[in-house]
Amino acid sequence: MSAFAQTQLKETFVINLGPQHPATHGVLRVKLVMDGEYIVEAEPVLGYIHRMHEKMGENRTWAQFMPNTGRMDYLHALAYNHGYVTVVERAAGIEVPERAEYIRVITAELNRISSHLLWFGAFVLDLGGFTPLLYAFDDREQILDLLESVTGSRLTYSYFRFGGVYNDIDENFVPGALAFIKRLRERLPMYHALVTKNVILRTRLEDIGFITPEMCRKYGATGPVARGSGINFDVRKHEPYSVYPEFNFDIPVYPKGDSMARYMVRMDEIEQSMRIVEQAIAKLPDGPVMAPKAPKILKPAKGDYYHAVETARGSFGIRVVSDGTNTPYRLKLRSPTFSNLSLFGEACQGMLLPDALALMGSLDLVIPEIDR
Amino acid sequence: MSVHPEVIRLLIFLVGIIAFAALNAAYLVWLERKEAGHIQRRIGPKEVGPFGLLQPLADGIKLMTKQLIVPAGVDPVLFRIAPILVMIPAIMGFVTIPFSETLVARNLDIGLLAVFAFASVNVLGLLMGAWGSRNKYAVISAARVVSQNVAYEIPMLVTVVSLVMVSHTMNLTKIVGQQLGGFWHWNIFNFAASPLMPVAFLIFFVCMLAETNRAPFDMAEAESELIAGAFTEYPGMGFGVFFMAEYANIVIGCSMATILFLGGWDCPFGLYPGVHWFLLKMYFLIFTVIWIRWTYPRTTFYGLLNLSWKILIPISFVNLLLTSAMLKVF
Amino acid sequence: MIGYLKEIFSGTWSLFVGLGITIKYFFKPVVTVQYPREVLPMTPRFRGHIELTRDPETGGDKCIVCGMCQKACPSNCITVVGDKVEGAKKKALSRYILDFTKCSLCGLCVESCPADAITFSKDYNLAGPSREAYIFDLKKRLEERKG
Repeated sequence: MSAFAQTQLKETFVINLGPQHPATHGVLRVKLVMDGEYIVEAEPVLGYIHRMHEKMGENRTWAQFMPNTGRMDYLHALAYNHGYVTVVERAAGIEVPERAEYIRVITAELNRISSHLLWFGAFVLDLGGFTPLLYAFDDREQILDLLESVTGSRLTYSYFRFGGVYNDIDENFVPGALAFIKRLRERLPMYHALVTKNVILRTRLEDIGFITPEMCRKYGATGPVARGSGINFDVRKHEPYSVYPEFNFDIPVYPKGDSMARYMVRMDEIEQSMRIVEQAIAKLPDGPVMAPKAPKILKPAKGDYYHAVETARGSFGIRVVSDGTNTPYRLKLRSPTFSNLSLFGEACQGMLLPDALALMGSLDLVIPEIDR
Repeated sequence: MSVHPEVIRLLIFLVGIIAFAALNAAYLVWLERKEAGHIQRRIGPKEVGPFGLLQPLADGIKLMTKQLIVPAGVDPVLFRIAPILVMIPAIMGFVTIPFSETLVARNLDIGLLAVFAFASVNVLGLLMGAWGSRNKYAVISAARVVSQNVAYEIPMLVTVVSLVMVSHTMNLTKIVGQQLGGFWHWNIFNFAASPLMPVAFLIFFVCMLAETNRAPFDMAEAESELIAGAFTEYPGMGFGVFFMAEYANIVIGCSMATILFLGGWDCPFGLYPGVHWFLLKMYFLIFTVIWIRWTYPRTTFYGLLNLSWKILIPISFVNLLLTSAMLKVF
Repeated sequence: MIGYLKEIFSGTWSLFVGLGITIKYFFKPVVTVQYPREVLPMTPRFRGHIELTRDPETGGDKCIVCGMCQKACPSNCITVVGDKVEGAKKKALSRYILDFTKCSLCGLCVESCPADAITFSKDYNLAGPSREAYIFDLKKRLEERKG
């Protein structure tokens, strides 16, 4: 805490940051007790877009809950689809054809790149730079076009099914994805020259907004937030699922814990995701994309199942309890940004308002996923 | 009874200046949107009129037809007076600016001082508007405006002082007069006076950006932090006047940079000096100001203070010392 | 002192690099599509709202009124009404109501249809004056639609 804030002046005032505020990217409200421009206390107030996804799951059949998963984190919808189908497949004992798993990984990783690109743009927008957002959107649009041609939708894909994927990829997808990777490889140095190396951005991010590993453990932060604090944890590597063990990729970890570290983790992850897509396309096997014996009406065996996937924002865990009927008995969703946001109150104490907003941007919040 | 011709001349100039300031404000918004669009690989305004050229008109009508709400609990006097207090000095600043040898409303001997004096009132207006509008974001913005003011005025004035030492006058027409005859005579390349002159120009330009609250120094407005800062509570034309004043200040700032460093109406090759050269240089600088806005993220006010105290002020003092030493030696 | 100057130079240089990039893009052609003037074709798999497919033989619908789509829908936005037809064993579709205000475009109905009677339309330009305007009778739409 800075010396200025430690003086504990009585003359504090309360600012309601949100629910409608340009920096909160949605309907998040943060109650800030301010001492001048120093933050004495911050309390995120949640629930403005709570939609009872968990309860909705109990009222629908297993298949009917599928579209809901993509609507929690609409920026990395395919990872949420992936988590849900994997846990239900495990419960129902469905074997997934290899080609389907490869297609799942390719599309989910492309989706991760698009999510990171949007975060990159929105983060620089939070810091007051408008142009990188539109450059990032230009690249993101290429991914959305690719995914649209395969899945039929641009944002809430609902592409995966129990036992495979909805549709096989078309013939334009593989060359399109490779061309996109080539294009993004050429664009990334431009992003680094325009944004990462920019002295204004560096002064705003370096040595500011520290999150310690202890804080991450305390609040359960995962994903780039934890990796930016030096915690080497990625579900894809440490609790491997799908066909991720087949691929050779690195987990970028930056030990410093400031806003810049989280920024760099995400920028490096874009590159790692491109590597995964390239390897997956090279190894893509032939075969069916849907399990031949996948039952039409699903009734998984009684039991309690948990599965976690690595989304763009961290580890998304989904626990389903089946009582043997065609609807889940209980669905519990553990969303990563909920935990990541929880540490904001502690991390931003004594910070200045613009730095705290930079810290909040570096957490990569998606509000519908926090509230669920 | 006959009217003194000087009065008529002044009246014409006054009307001309107000028209110039208003027209500039309207079309600089268009330029800004167009330029931002092309930098971001889109088109920008295009629907209203050819190339969107009537867009400022539509914006103006929209702003003027909006209801002027005075929110409950604001200081009624400060809230109403602030936009005027920002606009008037911006227009007054134009009075002493020589667009060409003859095109100047009032050729004052302290013209340089007058422009900077008027430019400083701008901060007072913003402070009053922000304080008067009873909004916490606006109050934070008011505090930022003042700290920003402290940060940029010192290096800017120190740089200007070194220029005054070179030119021995504060009369803007005379300052330009000394730079006539090709670009090697301009103050920015006046290496005989101080080898740091291009750096001095950069310092002046950076301070000018800060004075006009332009990105990357738009902390007072900082939409992603303070909604709209000092202007948060202002509706319709109340906001519009602030907006016009901002653009008028940009025009003044770029005009001053043109006069002090880039030889005013002088042609770089010594051919046909005139108002067109002045406008060309000024609009190029304005283009650069907009270009900068759409390239960089925003600084913070302590970032600006650090920049000012650790970099700009030391360098401008070094420049001042160098200039005085060079003047003494040669 | 040298470090201080170096920092200033590298910082200023990074700013000029940024300006260079943006001015390069300033002169490049625009990448946006001027939407109402230019329209991009929808991809073949685009999921719009559902539409009945036409049976090439009869020119009518292919629906067998089994109600699978109604059951599959997570949001209960489909109502299928069929009438008994004299002489035939099967029911015939009389009304197919889609409440598009509730639809989340998931596509489960199309997947569940055993007769390929429904498909996705490519229509995304939807605007209407009231909520009721989005309660479509797909049977009527099929009859009004040409080709």
